[in-house]
Amino acid sequence: MTETTGLWHLLMGNLSYDALPFYSPIATVGASIVVLGALGTAVLITWLGKWKYLWSEWLTSLDHKRIGIMYIVLALLMLSRGVIEAVMMRTQQALAIQSPGYLPPDHFGQLFSTHGTIMIFFVAMPFLTGLINFVMPQQIGARDVRFPLLNAISLWLTVAGAALVMVSLVLGKFSTGGWSGYPPYTESAYQPGVGPDYWIWVLTLSSIGSTLTGLNFAVTIYKERAPGMRFFRLPLFTWTALCTSILMIFAMPPLTVATALLALDRYLDMHFFTNALGGNMMNYANLFWLFGHPEVYILILPAFGVFSSVFSTFSAKRLYGYKSLVYATMAIAVLSFTVWLHHFFTMGQSPSINAAFGIATMLIGIPTGVKIYDWMLTLYRGRVRFSVSLLYSLMFMLLFVIGGLTGILLATPPVDFVVHNTVFLVAHFHNMLIPGMLFGMLAGYQFWFPKAFGFRLDETWGRIGAACWGLGFVLAFMPLYVTGLEGMPRRSQEIFQPQFAPYLLLAELGGLIILAGLFSLFVQLWVSIRRRDHNRVPVGDPWDGRSLEWANPAPPPEYNFFTLPQVEDRDAFTWMKERGVAYLPAQHYEDIEMPRNSATAVAIGVAALLSAFGLVWHIWWMAVVGLGAAWAAVIVRSFVRDTMRTIPASEVEQAHRGWLREIAATRAVSRDEEMSAGNVGLAESAS
Amino acid sequence: MMDQQAQYAKERRSYLVGFLLALGLSVVSFALVAAKLLPADYLLTGVFVLGFVQLLVHFRFFLHINFSKSKRDDLDLLLFSTLIIVLMAGGTLVVLFNLHHRMT
Repeated sequence: MTETTGLWHLLMGNLSYDALPFYSPIATVGASIVVLGALGTAVLITWLGKWKYLWSEWLTSLDHKRIGIMYIVLALLMLSRGVIEAVMMRTQQALAIQSPGYLPPDHFGQLFSTHGTIMIFFVAMPFLTGLINFVMPQQIGARDVRFPLLNAISLWLTVAGAALVMVSLVLGKFSTGGWSGYPPYTESAYQPGVGPDYWIWVLTLSSIGSTLTGLNFAVTIYKERAPGMRFFRLPLFTWTALCTSILMIFAMPPLTVATALLALDRYLDMHFFTNALGGNMMNYANLFWLFGHPEVYILILPAFGVFSSVFSTFSAKRLYGYKSLVYATMAIAVLSFTVWLHHFFTMGQSPSINAAFGIATMLIGIPTGVKIYDWMLTLYRGRVRFSVSLLYSLMFMLLFVIGGLTGILLATPPVDFVVHNTVFLVAHFHNMLIPGMLFGMLAGYQFWFPKAFGFRLDETWGRIGAACWGLGFVLAFMPLYVTGLEGMPRRSQEIFQPQFAPYLLLAELGGLIILAGLFSLFVQLWVSIRRRDHNRVPVGDPWDGRSLEWANPAPPPEYNFFTLPQVEDRDAFTWMKERGVAYLPAQHYEDIEMPRNSATAVAIGVAALLSAFGLVWHIWWMAVVGLGAAWAAVIVRSFVRDTMRTIPASEVEQAHRGWLREIAATRAVSRDEEMSAGNVGLAESAS
Repeated sequence: MMDQQAQYAKERRSYLVGFLLALGLSVVSFALVAAKLLPADYLLTGVFVLGFVQLLVHFRFFLHINFSKSKRDDLDLLLFSTLIIVLMAGGTLVVLFNLHHRMT
């Protein structure tokens, strides 16, 4: 980056011709794809004349289901970039055995930094937030989350963060400090460019969004449950959502603080984390992992929730050991705050402290083990159907145990001293995040897609996708355990041991198969949309679901429930179906109040993006205007008095009776016909 | 009607008690420091204890947190928050002082 001066600096900060990505052909191509992709999408929307539809039905919507779907769209888009970056890195390592390969070190450094940042903050977090948003209010029998506008603001702050990462591909370079951004390397003395600034503001936007989401979800679960929905009747997915939200509330602030202090160091020459003048970079490592370790469980707990739903639904059995699963989830949530030091065992504490944190880490294996057994016993003697969701869940169970065992190895400080900073660690956490987190999210995506859009996803392409993800994962990461044990450092741009070549080539093949898995997901979506009329499930219960989200039509009406359900059992919907009261008209319908659309959240997102962009490039007027505009949006909103819209009882009754008539004319299908065109979402009664 | 009035009086009394307790605790804390009523070694501890008691007073009289069944959720959240904050802040102190000690 070059420093600019004079009037130009006043107007455009440090932005100049040098910021354009012409320093390497690969960067140019990457930037062109982003720019052309954005332009192409805009042109396509204009050509289809869908701007108004998009604006009024989606972007300004405060409906928790639509916000959830937008989160997942964002996650899938960013997943594509993350996977492509992963394949680029695998290709570099496969080629760069005693040769420089095709990526210069600086570019390779940017790639592993953006890959990690994107995969955690813009794939995993939006994916789980989206699923919880879509499912949780329906599972507890609520009409929306407690704070619908705040929900939209969280979404648009996350989108702003994601947009800033995409901008960093076009203007300037990203940080080369990894996703954890340790100072002093990320201080301005060592990385004077805009890279770490991009990273700081991207994380700040996303972490504020996540904190707000956590508050919103926790309050929703505490305050919005349907009558009779006691805590020990909550579906397990909602339990995991609750624990994750509480973790978000407590774990995100340390990250916001750590990045804010680093920003003060970089912008105002302060010395929180510098080597000299009283700085203490170990406090950064401490703060970052105070966030970072609970974050691991923020990511994995919702996946555990999805697996619990999938295992019990596709075994047609009550979840085995419900209470033990709940207590295990709570134990994991609390323990997750006691182990952060294991991320820096080798950074100088006394052995006794390391030992204490090592033991705490191993303890987490106990509640997790309880869960694995509970799921196996849920499957035992169930009416098991090998749906795509169940395939992901089975692969999870197998592979996650392997990853967990390597985690126990790493929790032993002396072992950690041997393999820390090697690809053994990389293999371990990918082993937790891909089969654990991502397979959970993909299983949930396949599971709830028919509820969201009213048609099932294509089975064949779903199976191909699942096979590719599973096989690709094994091939890509099992070899890294071997090379890691042999001492191959992580984040290596060039490799000097020719004997690693076969392993790295195998890993490259795995990477390509994962890419094929990603491609299959999109083909599946495309094929399913094309054939949607064959796979419609308007009645809304294609899998003989057990919890309340399946008690509505698919897609559900804006207000979710025609009348709020009375909950009598843990498997609330199954209880209703068994007693034949699932599809009955109500005695009495009431007017329903739902939030009106609002552009406030979009305005805040755009303003926050501008402000962050201004901060990155030192365009001070833009930073101030952006921040001011975000506050102004909040103030303007506070003058809007008419925020709710009433849906008359007659309209609700009409919709309900229409749906019930449709059900009366529908043939219920048995579990054998689940994947056939005959399944329009009415399940044959089990009794 | 009488009920409501009685209720109102009861609530007002509770707020007043809380206010007086909070005021008293603050005055005592300031007095301890201003008049050096305790030896220097105990002063800090004394102020901390009074501050903690004041915290409980605020919870009890102003935020209406008590041990009754209807307040269980609030109490649980509060205790959990306390636990996490103790873990995070206490843990940070242990780790950083340990590192500091080993550097000197």
